[in-house]
Amino acid sequence: MLLEVIGITVLWVFLYGYLIVASIDFGAGFFSCYSMLTRKDHIINKIIDRYLSPVWEVTNVFLIFFIVGLVGFFPDTAYYYGTALLIPGGIALILLTIRGSFYAFANYGARKSRLYMFLYGMTGLFIPASLSTVLTISEGGFIEKAGEKVIFHAERLFTSPYSWSVVFLAIVSILYISASFLTFYAQKAGDQPAMEQLRKYSLFWSGPAILASLLVFWGLSKHNPQHFEAALSIGWMFGASFLCFCVAVYLMWKKESLGLSFVFVMFQFAYAFFGYGISHMPYLLYPYITIQSGLTHSTMGWALVIAFIAGLLLLIPSLALLLWLFLFNAKYVRGEK
Amino acid sequence: MDSVIWSRILTAETLAFHIIWATIGVGVPIFISIAEGWGIFKKDPHYILMARRWTRGFVITVAVGVVTGTCIGLMLSLLWPRFMQLVGNVISLPLFLETFAFFFEAIFLGIYLYTWDRFKHPIFHWLTSIPIIIGSTLSAVFITTVNSFMNTPAGFKIDAAGKVTDIDPIAAMLNPATPSKVAHVVSSAYLTCGFLLAGIAAFYLLRGRTHIYYKKALRLTMIAGFVLALATFAAGDLSGKFLAKYQPAKLAAAEWHFETRSEAPLLFGGTLDEETLEVKNAIEIPYALSILAGGSPDEKVIGLNEIPRDEWPPLYVHYLFDGMVAIGFYLMFISGLFLFLWIRGKGNEWSPWVLRGIFLGAPLSFIAIELGWIYAEVGRQPWIINGLMRVEHAATTAGHVGTITLLFSLLYAALAIVAVSVLIRLFRKHSPEDELQERFSA
Repeated sequence: MLLEVIGITVLWVFLYGYLIVASIDFGAGFFSCYSMLTRKDHIINKIIDRYLSPVWEVTNVFLIFFIVGLVGFFPDTAYYYGTALLIPGGIALILLTIRGSFYAFANYGARKSRLYMFLYGMTGLFIPASLSTVLTISEGGFIEKAGEKVIFHAERLFTSPYSWSVVFLAIVSILYISASFLTFYAQKAGDQPAMEQLRKYSLFWSGPAILASLLVFWGLSKHNPQHFEAALSIGWMFGASFLCFCVAVYLMWKKESLGLSFVFVMFQFAYAFFGYGISHMPYLLYPYITIQSGLTHSTMGWALVIAFIAGLLLLIPSLALLLWLFLFNAKYVRGEK
Repeated sequence: MDSVIWSRILTAETLAFHIIWATIGVGVPIFISIAEGWGIFKKDPHYILMARRWTRGFVITVAVGVVTGTCIGLMLSLLWPRFMQLVGNVISLPLFLETFAFFFEAIFLGIYLYTWDRFKHPIFHWLTSIPIIIGSTLSAVFITTVNSFMNTPAGFKIDAAGKVTDIDPIAAMLNPATPSKVAHVVSSAYLTCGFLLAGIAAFYLLRGRTHIYYKKALRLTMIAGFVLALATFAAGDLSGKFLAKYQPAKLAAAEWHFETRSEAPLLFGGTLDEETLEVKNAIEIPYALSILAGGSPDEKVIGLNEIPRDEWPPLYVHYLFDGMVAIGFYLMFISGLFLFLWIRGKGNEWSPWVLRGIFLGAPLSFIAIELGWIYAEVGRQPWIINGLMRVEHAATTAGHVGTITLLFSLLYAALAIVAVSVLIRLFRKHSPEDELQERFSA
């Protein structure tokens, strides 16, 4: 019992980490592109560039870590999801590749290329949309096992209201998280115009973000009533999430302690994301794989846990150093060094 | 064509494209670190500038390496789901560790790139290059153990029902193929990058740039290049002995060696009649195969005739093997020649012919990497996990693999064009002579 709980918890924490860092990244891409179209790019691009350049590769690793970990702890997921997700997975990969290469080329002229900026902005919306379909698929109903074959019903996915509500939630959440963080970062940098601009974005997207989560609940109640019931039984987590949302928006509105406001945004999503994850248990893919049935051999499982702890001992100080150098270093943030 | 063929094509294409950038990603950091460290130690701005310029190019190549690496990482599950289902039980540890190494490298690469001139003492900046080397080399090591496992599976048992049991993750990682493969992959990646950087310096010297900067770059990379060529030679020898013992079919196919015998000769080039298995026009080096396989001319080398015909690898791998080995010797020769002429001290090492020879080494070393990998992978056919799972039983059953293959081909072509043109523009705009002027004369 213990091992699979550790495994899924580790993975879920990493996915949450990806949710936050990737949202900042994806949203920034959209805002960059949007501000270029509205000729406001000189206001916010410097802030975006300064924060994202040193960390883009780290963002990427969070996702790889989750996928490798998932296949490692639960090899059966590779079989089902791997077979089913060839097309959406392949497309998400292509988009990720275009986007990843952008950072390398950005410093050498790509930022001036309108085509590349456009791709950068658009991938920022399409990648989360395509990745979020995996969560939708995990609710069951889209993958069917017929004998030895795994069949993926793409048309069901495209016509499901639940699936579209998840996509909508993913996109607006990204814009909301990203704007909240960048507002905080711009304020630290003492860049008043950028801060004002980004604050407007943040307040603008807060409404749709909360509306979309309600929509997802409604969709879930239709699509997978069992999961919906489980979610209701831990309803307090979603309540706490909403409370954090209110505090975050209030602080943003008052322009007070923007750092704290972003912390509340993180709590808001943490409560919602872990609430969703807990009520999803024990299924990894409804109704085919549970965390018990998909688990790797226990020797391998424990080896992974040990490797994970050893890895964290290395990663946490390194990440702290990275944050200290680029996020909490007033001189770097202001662009002096 | 069916999914199996398309899956193989897409995997081959992705890997072939990825290893170019991955090799640079593994090897170049060590040269950057050497140059910066030596420059700080000698207080020589030329070497510091060298490290800076190499780093600037490195960023671009590493980004392409990262994104294509992400592609192949996910494709393993998308194209070979059954393989991952099985392997996930036995060898997810090194895959997992590889992402840790990659994580470590990614963090410190960000730090290294954006902290030039930020620390009071330059040594602190240099220190951040060490984790990059550790991270990039370790990720090569871990991923190579996975590939080694596919060649010599170990660390588990198959029970009566066909399920894996008795898993020992460490034994699976340290399978018989691991030592020789890791040694060969790491040494050849370093070697290739040495020649890549040497080739650039030689190119500018040939174009008539005479600044001492280029000569220093060439000397540094050629010393390293010669040492690494020797190391790669040793690792290759180790691999030959490993193959003879554990994968005789692969070695025999590379050498068109059909009859089991001692005092076996090594064949170079030639043509083969696939019907009669007769070899023509090959250069024969007596005893060499026995020596490669076992260290003595008396060594008995297993021939292909002892292996069932439907388990033979394709016989064209002979040419790949020949090409790889020939290039290896060439690299050793040209770097040795440069050092010899340099030590003699008559200035002959700057002769255009030597420089041309070094310049040629750069593309050749990448060709050798490709040939070596294709040989290693095709030589394992028809198995995806040697003796355990055949390729056709591992591939996805999903349709549309052809369409996806086409999309990825376009993507790689675009990436190659953009990356190369950005690299060229980057260095053409800004020569090291100008940069030295700007930086140190003011």
